[in-house]
Amino acid sequence: MSRSKTIYDKIWDDHLINTNDDGTSLIYIDRHLVHEVTSPQAFEGLRMTNRKVRCPEKTLAVVDHNVPTTDRKNGISDEESRIQVETLEKNCSEFGIEYFNELDLRQGIVHVVGPEQGFTLPGTTIMCGDSHTSTHGAFGSLAMGIGTSEVEHILATQTLIQRKAKNFKVNVGGTAPKGVTAKDIILSIIGEIGAGGGTGSVIEYTGKAISDLSVEGRMTVCNMSIEGGARAGLIGPDEKTFAYIKDRPRAPKGEEFERAVEYWNALNSDKDAYFDREVYLDAAKLPPVVTWGTSPEDVVSINGEVPNPDLIDDESRKETKKSALKYMDLVPGTKIKDIKLDVVFIGSCTNGRIEDLREVAKVVEGHHVNENLNAMIVPGSGLVKEQAISEGLDKIFMAAGFEWREPGCSMCLAMNPDKLLPGQRCASTSNRNFEGRQGFRGRTHLVSPAMAAAAAIAGHFVDVREFTK
Amino acid sequence: MEKFKNLTAVSAPLPDINIDTDKIIPKQYLKTIQRTGLGKGLFSELRYNDDGSENKDFVLNKSQYRNAKILVAGDNFGCGSSREHAPWALLDYGIKVVISTSFADIFYNNCFKNGMLPIVLDEKEVSLLMEETERGSNATLTVDLESQEITTSDGNVINFKIDKFLKHCLLNGLDDIALTLEKNADIKNFEDDVKSQRPWL
Repeated sequence: MSRSKTIYDKIWDDHLINTNDDGTSLIYIDRHLVHEVTSPQAFEGLRMTNRKVRCPEKTLAVVDHNVPTTDRKNGISDEESRIQVETLEKNCSEFGIEYFNELDLRQGIVHVVGPEQGFTLPGTTIMCGDSHTSTHGAFGSLAMGIGTSEVEHILATQTLIQRKAKNFKVNVGGTAPKGVTAKDIILSIIGEIGAGGGTGSVIEYTGKAISDLSVEGRMTVCNMSIEGGARAGLIGPDEKTFAYIKDRPRAPKGEEFERAVEYWNALNSDKDAYFDREVYLDAAKLPPVVTWGTSPEDVVSINGEVPNPDLIDDESRKETKKSALKYMDLVPGTKIKDIKLDVVFIGSCTNGRIEDLREVAKVVEGHHVNENLNAMIVPGSGLVKEQAISEGLDKIFMAAGFEWREPGCSMCLAMNPDKLLPGQRCASTSNRNFEGRQGFRGRTHLVSPAMAAAAAIAGHFVDVREFTK
Repeated sequence: MEKFKNLTAVSAPLPDINIDTDKIIPKQYLKTIQRTGLGKGLFSELRYNDDGSENKDFVLNKSQYRNAKILVAGDNFGCGSSREHAPWALLDYGIKVVISTSFADIFYNNCFKNGMLPIVLDEKEVSLLMEETERGSNATLTVDLESQEITTSDGNVINFKIDKFLKHCLLNGLDDIALTLEKNADIKNFEDDVKSQRPWL
């Protein structure tokens, strides 16, 4: 009998082409997502070496990072952004790759689009030149972010050279209290293991609190695996996964779907599978959380206060956290609820899906955005936007004083015109609070959509559990 | 890809932990469609003041580190975004070796695709080299890939580990796409098998 395996072991084995004596392996890539920022140099590399795209039909391209979120009918005014977008369009047409441009209803953030189209399937290897590719792990796929040289490698060969990572189990038991969302769970995990805690590992999220999540909530969890340093994050597929996939444009149909489900069901980790490391969290004890610093590991309860770095023993950690507080213009002991905000950003591949928008609508309906603050909502895709409109959410947002925008990455990384001004403080549903991430000298606090929505109304952080009472 | 065999150069200290790729190369520089010319954006939010002048306090602006080709950095260097613009910017500036207690996986991989050598050492060894860097241009480090040794100017020798395949590619400046294309028959066989086993793909 063969040994027990994790889901990662199984996907790895089913994609292994060969392994050298030193453990270097060639693995097959089933799905390749491409966007405008990390691909131009890869296509240029193909041209210079006279190589073709091996499997254009396994590749899907969409523009997301650079696109403005205001009216696009007149094109993109920033010249460099426009050139990058046009370059992707030209490359896709030259190499025969399907491409969703900025006027296509299906356009959106690459990690929202893949699942929406049924391009993302359990048991597949999915790569993209973007670190948040880990999102697709929510379907029980092996999904990893890669650099541009590896994008070129996949375009040319449909394979990647890799070494197998370690298996890391993060077990989240218990039932998450009301107001504690997928975002609070993953931020709490990162707070626990640290920004480099998952380095060299593929995390499998298990436990009741994970099974309880919707597929979209699972995407939020897997999305931020990279913020814990993991190579990828994944969740074993179940009936919720299959129901989400069924009837999507690129999903298998009819008998083929049934056959696929049989294979997908068998992917789940064997009961006695070996993990190199395991961590347990009790979801019942988690509060809604907020980040206070410039690393996603800087997590604190909404009812907590800014910590004192002087209490840290390790010298370089202490100095790093002190400079983070200086950058954030915060002093130890400040109550999180006393932190006032200038901007609220709701969107991104972490929290830009329809369920996120429904959560926001629930909180803000009948209220108005605080007069000292600008708040914007950027749907993750054109289809998310269309769905929100059909449910009347857009009317709730606009009545509450939110700006309601066109889909894209937007202020998550501020490559388009949506940026914080120097010194502005933002509650953001995105994934990174790095220095300058949302705009030069901008200050970011990461939160869930419900917490961002409540903060937008109050003008400062509030405990969403009290707010909705 | 350029070969990497050995390097003797000044090393600069960046003791902060979790130095992310947004910090190494901020997003405004990612709009390029080239691999070159990114050195000007390297650490730009730390290197320059708001008026565009140089920030004298930043390590690479100090006279003794201007010619640094080696960085000794805090834990989890290169975390965050997968942008290969980070190693491109370091390389364009002239930095070919980064030494730390750990690197983010994607950044680590990206270095090897560009003829750069990231070296992982234990905490004690990194602290020793961090101290060494404080002597600036009065002290250089020699990094030899073949023998997997770092030699300080005092003659201290530190050994480092590296994956055999990555070392081979770096020493010989190999293009790994060409290496993979030699296995085309294996890839084709794999694709044929999948067609029958998982026809929905």
